[in-house]
Amino acid sequence: MLFADTVVPDPAVHKPKVMAIMLAASFVIFSLMGLNDTVLGEFMRPAIGEPTESGLFGNLAIGLVISMLFTGNIVLIGFLPFRIQVLVVWLELLLLFLAFFYSFGLDFAFIRSKVWFMISQGVFTTLYISAISITLASIVAIFGAVAKLSSNGFAYAIASFYTSFFRGLPLLMQVYLIYLGLPQLGYVIDAVPAGILALTLCYGAYMTEIFRAGIQSINKGQWEASRSMGFKFGLTMRRIILPQAMPLIIPPTGNQFIAMLKDSSLVSVIGVWELMFLARTLGNKDFKHMEMLITAALIYWCLTMCLEVIQSRIERHYRTISH
Amino acid sequence: MSKPIIQMIGVNKWYGTFKALTSVNFTVNKGDKIVVCGPSGSGKSTMIRTLNWLEAHQEGKIIVNGIEMHKKMKNVDEVRMDVGMVFQHFNLFPHMTVLQNLMAGPMWVRGIKEDEARSTAMKFLERVRIPEQAKKFPGQLSGGQQQRVAIARSLCMKPKVMLFDEPTSALDPEMVSEVLDTMIELAKDGMTMVCVTHEMGFAKAVADRVIFMDEGSIIEESDPVNFFDNPQNPRTQNFLSQILQH
Repeated sequence: MLFADTVVPDPAVHKPKVMAIMLAASFVIFSLMGLNDTVLGEFMRPAIGEPTESGLFGNLAIGLVISMLFTGNIVLIGFLPFRIQVLVVWLELLLLFLAFFYSFGLDFAFIRSKVWFMISQGVFTTLYISAISITLASIVAIFGAVAKLSSNGFAYAIASFYTSFFRGLPLLMQVYLIYLGLPQLGYVIDAVPAGILALTLCYGAYMTEIFRAGIQSINKGQWEASRSMGFKFGLTMRRIILPQAMPLIIPPTGNQFIAMLKDSSLVSVIGVWELMFLARTLGNKDFKHMEMLITAALIYWCLTMCLEVIQSRIERHYRTISH
Repeated sequence: MSKPIIQMIGVNKWYGTFKALTSVNFTVNKGDKIVVCGPSGSGKSTMIRTLNWLEAHQEGKIIVNGIEMHKKMKNVDEVRMDVGMVFQHFNLFPHMTVLQNLMAGPMWVRGIKEDEARSTAMKFLERVRIPEQAKKFPGQLSGGQQQRVAIARSLCMKPKVMLFDEPTSALDPEMVSEVLDTMIELAKDGMTMVCVTHEMGFAKAVADRVIFMDEGSIIEESDPVNFFDNPQNPRTQNFLSQILQH
């Protein structure tokens, strides 16, 4: 959280003027939306009669009720303590979001029949491709970082060429170049290794910079103490510098992993059966695109939320041991 | 006459166009305790850091333990193993316990077995009077304790000479004496020492010779009695009057 001052003004949602404006504005907006032909109109049937024939009166009545509920809800939430406030707003937004999807009239039986396959095949593939790629990318990044910090002109040139190239091209293009380009040179490569290679090289380039910054942030005195005892470069790096750089490197690497999990959807274009590929193909035959896309979207979201929790745990762990 | 451990002969050093050391000559024999002092920016830290070649010199000769230090040398680590260095900011390894800090050098560089390294480490921790801190991390110790650990870490390498680069300058005043006491004991045990320090009490107590530097050269070099009571050079006199008037 940012710096919290000691003087606490009334929250905006408890100022009568602000809430009156909000009530008025929401009344206008909801009324203009013409909601009398929706499910809300059905709820209001006792008050406004036949919803579809209620016209302007019906819309205004619905607008008034909804805007009062909306504003009242906000005022009430304003009384809650911070954590519960966050939780309630989250839940409400989630419900609205789900209601929005629900309004598409999705075929849930179809989703139920496919979702297990999406998880067992798609999620599994997505996860293992990402996990292998992030591991390999970390290894690439260590070498890249050392090369970028080196005084050897060849090493620096190769490393900076590499990072420049792979950060400069769209990942999708790299996927195509590797999958379609390597066979041109006589190396036929399967889709999965091609995807892993593309993700590794692309993320290795980004993570080179993360590792470089981590290594550089270690105090020069650590090098001096190590060298003054006769430690050689590799030993110093392995036992002294990298272990100290890790707490700085791991949190952004976790972020990269979350990003990679989503970017691994790009390897669907070369026919790897990961989550995105299944989302596009499973629904095709029955024209149930939305069902599969929304299911996959929610699965991606759940996965990244889990990873974010793990990520914040790791960050907290390293924050506590570094003090 | 004992054989010199360190010889500096006509050493010149530049940082870019700035001349940091100007024809520095001096010799450290086995068992010598030498204190180097001088105003800030006088080149004393630079000078001591060229002795184990954390800084390179450009002209002249530096011979340590019979090996000449130069750009193409293959065995710089051999020299550094035998030259202990204690830094102003301790530079302990914060991710390792005190004991691990002390065992790292002997095990990784000298190839000594873990058990032996541990017993040596404990011996030196007792000598600097903090064996009970062995399992702690450096961040949990006071500045004075950290500096004593740093001294013990160097001693574990069984150095032939110890270099101290302003070892008490970063300490809170009440912790200076515990570190100086450790250094005085070390001196009494016959360790060869070169100390950059402003602690004139320490210089009087243990130094065989005091070297005064200014603007990158050695201005005066004499035994402590003469140095403090009868300084020859006006710059030395001025410096001493400034630091001794309190």
